[in-house]
Amino acid sequence: MTEQILPLWLDIFISAVVVLGALVALIGSSGLLRLKTYFERVHAPSIIATLATWCVMHATVIYFSVQEQKLAIHALLIAIFIAVTVPVTTIFLMRAALFRARRSGEKVPPSLSENSESRAQAAAVQCGEMEPD
Amino acid sequence: MINPVLSVALPIAMFLLSLAMFCCLIRILRGPAAQDRVLALDCMYLNGMLFMLVLGIYYSSSAYFEAALLIALLGFASSTAMAKFLLRGEVIE
Repeated sequence: MTEQILPLWLDIFISAVVVLGALVALIGSSGLLRLKTYFERVHAPSIIATLATWCVMHATVIYFSVQEQKLAIHALLIAIFIAVTVPVTTIFLMRAALFRARRSGEKVPPSLSENSESRAQAAAVQCGEMEPD
Repeated sequence: MINPVLSVALPIAMFLLSLAMFCCLIRILRGPAAQDRVLALDCMYLNGMLFMLVLGIYYSSSAYFEAALLIALLGFASSTAMAKFLLRGEVIE
């Protein structure tokens, strides 16, 4: 592949976007260490999935489009895939964590899907009509 | 790598991403519950995928794109499988 020098403004722009993406990824990962409970920490990967991945993806698309003199949007595939799958993973992990917290007797919101009785009770508790037991 | 700004900025970005992966590693080792470790692993494969994309720009080669795509695919599958295991005790029922 013939490597060529990019114009300076494009060079600076791609560098800024890549470093911004890496910085956002670092902030999201340090959230895993800084946040106290699991239910706060579960939000940390989504910051990587949204801003960091899209920043690095834009840098990749622009760099390869200029380098190969044609539109190279294959990195968009990764960004869209990550944007679709990370909420699914987060929901699964959150459900598993809720299930395990409930089973070990921690104080978490009641289940809404087991049967209609517990659902009605949960709704009553939420509206303030009934004291939670 | 012959672009003056990129050749400085990309190693900085790689350093930041390795620091991010190190944060995830600490959470994997320390995590009080199993779901913390799975979440940290999920975060770590996202960082690794970004690292692959940055490496692809650094070496100006499209081969790293396939590696990043594979990491994204298998990371999603493994995270979902582990979440299912935490929920039910087995992956395929």
